[in-house]
Amino acid sequence: MHALVPLPVAVPLAVAAVLGAVGRFLPRQVVDAAAILAAAAVTGVSATLVVGTADRPLHVFFGGWRPHGGLVPGIAFDVDPLSAALATLAGALTVAALVFAWHYFEEALPLFHILVLLFLAGMVGFALSDDLFNLFVFFQLMGIPAFALTGYRVDEPGPLQGALAFGILNTIAGSLLVLAISLVYGRTGALNLVDAGAALAGRPPDLLVTAAFGLVVSAFLVKAGVVPFHFWLADAYSAAPAPVCVLLSGVMSDLGIHAIARVHSSAFAGTFAHREAEVRAILVALGVAGALITAVMSFLQADLKRMLAFLTASHAGIFLAAVALFSPAALAGEVVWVVGDGLAKGSLFLCVGFLLHELQDGDELRLHGRGRRLPVAAAIFVVGAAAVSLLPPFGPFLGFALVGDAAGALGLGWVPALLALAAAVSGAAVLRAAGRVFLGLGDRDDPLLSQQPQHAEREEPEDDVRRPRVALAAAGALLALALGLALVPGLPRHAVAAAAQAQDRHALVEAVLHGVPEPPASAPPQHVGVAAYAEGLATTAAALLLALVGLYRRRLPRLVRVVAGRVAGPPLAALRAAHSGVLGDYVAWLAFGSGLVLGLFAALVR
Amino acid sequence: MSVYPYVIGIVVFGLGLGGIAVSRHLVHAIVCLNVAQTGTYVLLLAVGWRRHGTAPILGGVPKGSHQVDPVVQALTLTDIVVGITVSGLLLALAIQVHRRRGTMDPDELRALRG
Repeated sequence: MHALVPLPVAVPLAVAAVLGAVGRFLPRQVVDAAAILAAAAVTGVSATLVVGTADRPLHVFFGGWRPHGGLVPGIAFDVDPLSAALATLAGALTVAALVFAWHYFEEALPLFHILVLLFLAGMVGFALSDDLFNLFVFFQLMGIPAFALTGYRVDEPGPLQGALAFGILNTIAGSLLVLAISLVYGRTGALNLVDAGAALAGRPPDLLVTAAFGLVVSAFLVKAGVVPFHFWLADAYSAAPAPVCVLLSGVMSDLGIHAIARVHSSAFAGTFAHREAEVRAILVALGVAGALITAVMSFLQADLKRMLAFLTASHAGIFLAAVALFSPAALAGEVVWVVGDGLAKGSLFLCVGFLLHELQDGDELRLHGRGRRLPVAAAIFVVGAAAVSLLPPFGPFLGFALVGDAAGALGLGWVPALLALAAAVSGAAVLRAAGRVFLGLGDRDDPLLSQQPQHAEREEPEDDVRRPRVALAAAGALLALALGLALVPGLPRHAVAAAAQAQDRHALVEAVLHGVPEPPASAPPQHVGVAAYAEGLATTAAALLLALVGLYRRRLPRLVRVVAGRVAGPPLAALRAAHSGVLGDYVAWLAFGSGLVLGLFAALVR
Repeated sequence: MSVYPYVIGIVVFGLGLGGIAVSRHLVHAIVCLNVAQTGTYVLLLAVGWRRHGTAPILGGVPKGSHQVDPVVQALTLTDIVVGITVSGLLLALAIQVHRRRGTMDPDELRALRG
């Protein structure tokens, strides 16, 4: 099993290097096949690691530089079922993106494939790293191909704007991470997360430690796109090509949240042990507020990609609030939710890419009723929207049920209620778009919705009749996986057991620093109760209802409309104006956000 | 150990950040990004500094001499390499902006908003 661990990073890097050297001399089909096979290999190996680490995680030190006498000279990957599940998700979404991109980009071969494989290697490495500096390296390694892929269509203004904002904001985030690394290393002399955690534990946090944690959180929240760090995300994800959005939205954002969970549980949980409630309060508040704000922004979009971009940011807030509960069931639920949600979001983005190809447009209002002749895409799109709105028994619902249990056990029952509300509002946006595009419901124009300049992903060969079917098959397969995930027997129990093991700091320290194997993972069977099913169904029903309100709001009684306009109008206008598209504003928001995070931690945790 | 290197590192980082926030020219913004990164290098190197420490080359040094911490120097070098890659990519995008839109002002690049 140990020998498999480097492969999910090494295989895509090696194939990308070979394609870079000889790819231009190879026929198109060979390049496609090589890239898809590499991504499929990553998926297979990562899935094997999920199963193989079910009992205990693997701590792999590269080059045989194992810890000795409590010193950790080497660089480690820490593979547990949760991180391996995220690597599997990255692999599966890459396969779908590459299948979709078959005949999608005619020009500049094989640049697209190389960038996608580098992106995949970066994401997998980021998911598995157990070392603060390697987290930074993979943070940038997944960032750089992602900037380039976002700006892939350089002949349009949107992608250039999106890629620049993405690149500059994420590089600043990388610098925040380096500042945190220098603080942690200066204090502990350790870069390994577990080693640093052992050195930090036992002493109450001082200003330096809280500053380091605040910087780590800020940096990863930029990657995840949680308010107020999300501005670049909306621009970049609306501008990137659809298959790239699958990877950005489906997995990259959520890896940022997972990194916060991992850095907290391995490195900072010990020193914050007596301040857990305060840290939880800060992060849950950030997550819930961000989830609701960006869900509303999602509802105000007519551009489908931008709608899904804000939905991604909203779900990142949801996941932050979930991991910040710091309980095994919450962490397990978050990972199940992320995987199911990533598959569903991926399938939604592929459907939008399909619409862009078939109907030459990706705007809900301009596409009014034009999707009537595309029943298969309609079905996939609607089911995907229902899945992200927590329809049982899809993966997102299962994750939500686990998170709800965890919050209930902590006496925080209002948290899942607000998370479900956020999921309902952003899901309603997607359902409303489905109603307008595929059924021709509602009005043809709506001044409430922001429109964006037209995309132009349309120079594909029109004579290829096979491609649309392949594209829809990829979207359908992702959705089927999101459903199948929930039907894996005993999945909640295994996930909770793995999460409990990941949060057991003492066993982790013994295992990493002294080579004492962890006790096998175990957890009591988890039952998804009737109440959870009712909550999931209620969320989907609320999303449907809100979608209908969005479609037919002009038929509401006049009094309701006037009052709603007076109450909601000014804040919505201010919210819209904040998304100014100006790079300087985004940087100022980032500085404000990290100042806020640092200040909150300094004030409450000290 | 003097506190100045830490203060300077943070100040340089903040100056770079402020420069990007008010920038009206993409090349200027990217240079400011490099300035901000330089602040992080200063901080990293300050963490590994030792009084009277020599370069961390262990061949042929007299017994009892100190070396500065080689780990942070390796981190700084890695950081610089990553920073150059990002700068190269961003400058390439800036060239495209100039070529296609005839401007270098990031404020005029507002295709997406709201």
